[in-house]
Amino acid sequence: MTMIPPARRRLVLIGNGMAGVRALEEILTRAPDRFAITVFGAEPHGNYNRIMLSPVLAGEKRFDDIVTHSRDWYDQSGIELIAGEAVVAIDRETKMVTGEHGTMRPYDVLLLATGSNPIIIPVPGHKLPGVISFRDIADVETMLAAGRRGGHAVVIGGGLLGLEAANGLSRAGLTTTVLHLMPTLMERQLDPVSAGLLKADLAARGITVITEANTRAILGEDRVRGIELADGRKLPADLVVMSAGIRPNIALAKAAGLACGRGVQVDDGMRTSDPAIYAVGECVEHRGAVFGLVAPLFDMAKIAADRITGTADSDYVPAVTGTRLKVTGIDMFSAGDFLGDDTTDEIIFRDAARGVHKRLVLRDEKLIGAVLYGEARDSAWYFDFIRNGTDVSALRDVLVFGPSVAGGTEAGGVETLPDTAEICGCNGVSKGRILAAIADHKLTTLDGVRARTKASASCGSCTGHVEKLLAFAAGADYAAAPKVKPMCKCTTHGHDAVRAAIREQALKTIPAVMRALDWKTPDGCAGCRPALNSYLLCAWPGEYRDDSRSRFVNERMHANIQKDGTYSVVPRMWGGVTSAAELRAIADVVDKHGIPTVKVTGGQRIDLLGVRKAQLPEVWRDLNAAGLVSGHAYGKALRTVKTCVGSEWCRFGTQDSTAMGVALEKMTWGSWTPHKTKMAVSGCPRNCAEATIKDFGVVATEAGWDLHVGGNGGIRVRVTDLLTKVTTEAEVLEYAAAFMQLYREEAWYLERTAPWIERVGVDYVRDRLADPAVRAALRERFQDSQRHAQRDPWADRAAGVDAHEFRALATVA
Amino acid sequence: MAPGVWRRVGVLDDIPRLGSRVVETAGGDIALFRTGDDRVFALHDRCPHKAGKLSQGIVHGESVTCPLHNWVIGLADGQARDPDEGCARTEPVRLDGQDILLGVVP
Repeated sequence: MTMIPPARRRLVLIGNGMAGVRALEEILTRAPDRFAITVFGAEPHGNYNRIMLSPVLAGEKRFDDIVTHSRDWYDQSGIELIAGEAVVAIDRETKMVTGEHGTMRPYDVLLLATGSNPIIIPVPGHKLPGVISFRDIADVETMLAAGRRGGHAVVIGGGLLGLEAANGLSRAGLTTTVLHLMPTLMERQLDPVSAGLLKADLAARGITVITEANTRAILGEDRVRGIELADGRKLPADLVVMSAGIRPNIALAKAAGLACGRGVQVDDGMRTSDPAIYAVGECVEHRGAVFGLVAPLFDMAKIAADRITGTADSDYVPAVTGTRLKVTGIDMFSAGDFLGDDTTDEIIFRDAARGVHKRLVLRDEKLIGAVLYGEARDSAWYFDFIRNGTDVSALRDVLVFGPSVAGGTEAGGVETLPDTAEICGCNGVSKGRILAAIADHKLTTLDGVRARTKASASCGSCTGHVEKLLAFAAGADYAAAPKVKPMCKCTTHGHDAVRAAIREQALKTIPAVMRALDWKTPDGCAGCRPALNSYLLCAWPGEYRDDSRSRFVNERMHANIQKDGTYSVVPRMWGGVTSAAELRAIADVVDKHGIPTVKVTGGQRIDLLGVRKAQLPEVWRDLNAAGLVSGHAYGKALRTVKTCVGSEWCRFGTQDSTAMGVALEKMTWGSWTPHKTKMAVSGCPRNCAEATIKDFGVVATEAGWDLHVGGNGGIRVRVTDLLTKVTTEAEVLEYAAAFMQLYREEAWYLERTAPWIERVGVDYVRDRLADPAVRAALRERFQDSQRHAQRDPWADRAAGVDAHEFRALATVA
Repeated sequence: MAPGVWRRVGVLDDIPRLGSRVVETAGGDIALFRTGDDRVFALHDRCPHKAGKLSQGIVHGESVTCPLHNWVIGLADGQARDPDEGCARTEPVRLDGQDILLGVVP
């Protein structure tokens, strides 16, 4: 009997932000196939982590780093994303929403997550160009562009977001002033003492703070020029950022006739006054309260998902939230009622010289609020007491010193916390849940914990705690990981882990690798970028687009830079064989371009030295015309195949080594390898081509061919190991291709075959290549890669590719 | 000395992101660098170590690595990063919209 699947119900989400998309994720976890989902988003992106806009502005992260759901995610989840189209109407009668460009979608269930709008203070001049808010990536881009022009920035509003904006603007190069209406900064999170410390810390970063500053007008004719305060003071300004708070965005809901107060009113199950419509996030009003921090939004997402899928009748219960300021180097935490009143006691610790201030507020022997400034590492410990209403009378005399004293253990770290302690505030993940995930799924990496629990996946400030829990719970397994030598200072991962991640997670760009593996720098360094480029090129032949900015100069210019800044040019001579026509063409090029030095190389070719950068394309064009192509003498690539004259001429020769050399070079030229790769073919055991100090050496015998690997001249001479003995030319080529591919896939970048073989052992290489199936598969992959790699880079550049590399931008007399 | 003037030498997109272009002057080549976040810096195109062409190095963060011996030079101040010591001369440069303006003494 055929089952006709029940028609899927239609779910439309309005608002492609953090709360709405989190609700979708929660719904998909509970009921993967229940709904046909459509998302409308006003911004032209996938979803990104809005909390991380401050680090983007401060230059610590890139936009790509904070994208949490790319278009691929929507595709893979079967969700229709209509990005860049705001919804303009909801027809509750016909259950239909309409976008600004006319797109219409019917719904069975509608989820509103329209977020909030920044409050724009309606002073004169508030509509001038140059007055912006700090809400989305477009605002950040405006601020960064302003930073490049330089000048003065004024931020109106000294709250959490305003100060993060000010920090970013100052770091971007603007002279920055914060205007705050109240007598102290961040009065909703800080007590006056810590606010004073914060003001001093900001001043040390070059940020001026003016408190009790009432803006009278924004000045300027065609754009912002300055600001005037109520007391008559005037400040210059090229950019004004309004950060005076947010207001739920309820216009659409109101127009549709839904019950609204300050926000869209919902019941405990996140349902609006229309039973088919739910709402989550900053647009919501729940029991008279509106919201601006991420933790409650994520809680709402869970409740809405429970209710929409009918999995549970859960209710939203507002919880105490904690806040941190994301300004690198300023360590603060605030939660609960941190000011207190007549019925509360305070415990205060202060070390003015270190800039540390801690204030704990207690009522009836329970901690009800805390401000930690200058040293907030124990925040989770205090926060747990606040949320659970724990009786702290036994700890009272040492409470302010934190768990290392009060907890009675030396370590005093996250391991002393109770299982109920919240580690990740953004996602509401407790210590117990993280430990359970580590145990249940045998997790050993931070990424693993993030994937399973979402802990440390939003603002990232609890990453240190999660890592400590991993070290504590996974023990030796986790400790084993850092023993691997990291690729460079930009990462904790070793080469093998990076290569495995590229393959297993299908990472296909350098930024994707850096993002997936938590690179510590925005765009790597001169060590890791070329390595990643090499690994990606190997993993995704024909698909990965070579990043010339991650190539060492020689590989970018396709010529070798010399100590005076000129270049050397080495055309390929197949197997070391040339002809009168080629030599004549080379001689003509030397004369025509006035090339100062011509030298025969150790690899049986001719080196033209002293070519100026601007001459290169012309030199290549002339060489190309005679049939000469790039010899890749500049690359981590197949260099030369050196040969002796062999049986054709030599009275001792047993095989035609020259023809074999030409065949090998024709097969392998153009391939990129972890380091330079050299080959040689000798026609008899006298070995005139010195094949036993090459990466891949072939020595002819009466019976056939001996194949040698892992030889090296240079600083440390290493004689090859015998790989195997074969009888036919076809076998030589098969082994050569398979060996090249094994080296390409498994060696570390800048590791020659000699140290690679010493690291993995020659028996490993022999075993792998002895298996005919493995050998055939390796050769197959090599040939597939070669189909894309065998393209003369000189011909491309002579035809105009990368022309900017070869000429000056301008000449200034 | 005559006062400097801002001279337009090109537009931002003439320089690839994380790349460099050279402006030729009577006083030697000046390398212009574009960072990943689209800021532009100018240094004399000579590494303080052995005069390597910094314009040919790999740009990362706010630094460039010299192609000759891997010295890392700060783009904003021209200073070599520890343990190396030395300084490449910086030149005034700024963006006016998309235009790159180089400060030159006529």
